[in-house]
Amino acid sequence: MADTVQTWSPDLQGSLPGISASASARRGLRLFMRRRSSIAFLMCLPLIVIIAGLVLYPACYSIYLSMLNKAQTRFIGLDNFTFLLSRDVFRQVVEQTAIFALSAVFFKALIGLITAHLINNLPAKGQRKWRGMLLVPWVIPLALSSLGWWWLFDPTHSALNYVLSSLGFDEIPWLSSPYWARFSVILVNVWYGAPFFLIMYLAALKSVPEQLYEAAAIDGANAWQKFIHITLPMMRNIIAITVLFSLIVTFANFDIVQIMTAGGPRNMTHVFATYAFMLGIRSGDLPLGAATSLFMFPILAIAAIFILRGVRKRGREIG
Amino acid sequence: MTNSPLFARASTRRQLIKSAALGSAAAIAAPYVRGAHAAGSLSLGCWDHWVPGANAALTKLCNEWGAKNNVEVKIDYITSQGEKDKLTAAAEAQAGTGHDIMSHRDWNVRIHQNNLEPLDDVVGGLIKQYGPISPVAEYLAKIKGTWRGVPTTVGSQVKPCCSRFDLYQQHAGIDLRDMFPADESKWDNAKISNWNWDTYLDAAQKLHKAGFPVGLPMGQSSDAVDWVGALYNSFGVVMVDAKDNIKINSDETRTALEYLKKLMAVNPPEVYAWDDAGNNRWLISGKGSSIMNPPSAWAVAKRDNPQVAEQCWTHPMPRGPKGRFVGQLPQFYGVWSFSKNKQAAKELLTFISQKESSAQLVEASFGYDLPSFRTMYDLPTWKTVGPPVGTVYGYPPRGDEQTSIAGAPARSEVGAQIYNQAINTVMVAKVTQGNEKIDDVIKWAENELEGTLRA
Repeated sequence: MADTVQTWSPDLQGSLPGISASASARRGLRLFMRRRSSIAFLMCLPLIVIIAGLVLYPACYSIYLSMLNKAQTRFIGLDNFTFLLSRDVFRQVVEQTAIFALSAVFFKALIGLITAHLINNLPAKGQRKWRGMLLVPWVIPLALSSLGWWWLFDPTHSALNYVLSSLGFDEIPWLSSPYWARFSVILVNVWYGAPFFLIMYLAALKSVPEQLYEAAAIDGANAWQKFIHITLPMMRNIIAITVLFSLIVTFANFDIVQIMTAGGPRNMTHVFATYAFMLGIRSGDLPLGAATSLFMFPILAIAAIFILRGVRKRGREIG
Repeated sequence: MTNSPLFARASTRRQLIKSAALGSAAAIAAPYVRGAHAAGSLSLGCWDHWVPGANAALTKLCNEWGAKNNVEVKIDYITSQGEKDKLTAAAEAQAGTGHDIMSHRDWNVRIHQNNLEPLDDVVGGLIKQYGPISPVAEYLAKIKGTWRGVPTTVGSQVKPCCSRFDLYQQHAGIDLRDMFPADESKWDNAKISNWNWDTYLDAAQKLHKAGFPVGLPMGQSSDAVDWVGALYNSFGVVMVDAKDNIKINSDETRTALEYLKKLMAVNPPEVYAWDDAGNNRWLISGKGSSIMNPPSAWAVAKRDNPQVAEQCWTHPMPRGPKGRFVGQLPQFYGVWSFSKNKQAAKELLTFISQKESSAQLVEASFGYDLPSFRTMYDLPTWKTVGPPVGTVYGYPPRGDEQTSIAGAPARSEVGAQIYNQAINTVMVAKVTQGNEKIDDVIKWAENELEGTLRA
């Protein structure tokens, strides 16, 4: 096609501008379509549009909202953020969210790792059954399972307390004592999130070459040494990515706390999302609510950069 | 303008004069056409009533009006579970599109004031017809002298005492039905004035000892905020006044908190985790002797535990040094400024606010719905429903009982923050559950209240 166009005399090209333009456009399109990256881009386009419309736009809009005054009539820069930092309750919320997210992610990772090992050591036939059963908490819609847990912890008619008192133990104020309430919401988050770690770690364990363990066994390594020197280094990237992903999701958790305690008693179980909901939707201060929900964004973004950089570095080393 | 080719093509001067003359003649000769007729359709986003059948009464009224005025009325009932109604209102306000009429609970009229149509003509007309309106409704919906919402009968409520008269009689020696019979003309002022917070505490202690404690929520939901707000008012506690002065550091606050220390000691410990249904369940279970709630607990007990329902009596709140107050939560209908059918919306709102319409709504909700006009408190439902007959007669504020809302008398922007952040109940919980010193808690509250004054 390119040769054909080049054989036309300059006069002819000048006299048929329409033909020349459409031909070069077709040529450009063909070249564009031949590139693998172009095809990849086109195939990703629907997703890009969805993400832009449902994630990027709301995110940018909430950043814009967080810089407006209460009536949304005036740009006030970072005043909402400085105002939040001056409030006792907000500082309490920062502390609580950090406790909630860090402890929940730690226990989810730990339980995920232990159960992944246990399942990995089961015979192949039994593994499928256990994998299916242990994934159930992660599959049930969180709002429903949180309601189920709320019924178990019900302040007055707790099923768990019924069992405890039947066995002769004292009842536990699961939701009415602030510290027990914190424990309860973390427990439910761990229950819900541990299967995600389990499935990721199980996949990682399956990818560790068996020969490494065999070589270590010949060298006389025990189970613990194999775990420390083979399993963990081979899983570091998966651990880093799952921890990062879970950290982001747990910091933004809303359902569990809202359904079980709504931030009480005495504001002592509020996390960013529930506090933002209270300020933004219930009290009608959308800019302050937006500022609250965005508060962790820069910290998590920096954490993500460092964790992902580590992942890339290790990837290059392995590669 | 006449030089414009478009204008020249559209009409000549002669044609224009002819059209104008015809138009004027038609306007003079035509019969009166109501605004609603011209409009065609009207959409409402209404609070989804928890009482089975109550939505049907509102739908019937709207359809009746629609048929008469040739307007197609469409109603979406939106639950308040998880604040879905508030989320919908917030989304519609941000998007600038949605229903024509939206129901707004508690502080939502203030929150959306800039997107709500003035309704002075509707509310003004109703006040002319039915007399003074609830001051709480006025505080919440009349903003800078303009009504932005019409108080509804549907869903509006107060939260007086709902008590087990058998247990009060047996363990505290108080005959509630004798004190508050189902006929206001028989109320004896001497007996009623003895119904104060000291009497209430004394009875609560006896009932606790007998194994039937009162159940007063102390979480951060509206039931808790409302009854504590009423108690604060009756002790003269002001958190922030109308001129933005923080007044929480007062002897009245200390007295109220000292009193609450004694009262909360005879409540079940789980009250700090109760949501709005916690006290209902407490009464219905048969373990509790008294709560502060609309007749919903009694109505559910009637279905789930009739023996308890037969022993329930709704009656006014105890009196404090500054008066007898009950927490009130009115609902409102607002007309969005982006509504395409404002005139029809106003006519419909006027229709469903009439006493005859309110009577049907009150009847359908077994007395739960409460109009904002005192002159409507003589509707027959409250006197006739049971068992026992007259059990909810004391639900509408009667005698010396005044309505109040936590957060008032601060500017409503400030009041909304105080109410929704439950600063009053967190104060009480800090003192009674957290064992913090009263002065430290007052200092904490001052800091929080200062935050609510943010512009």
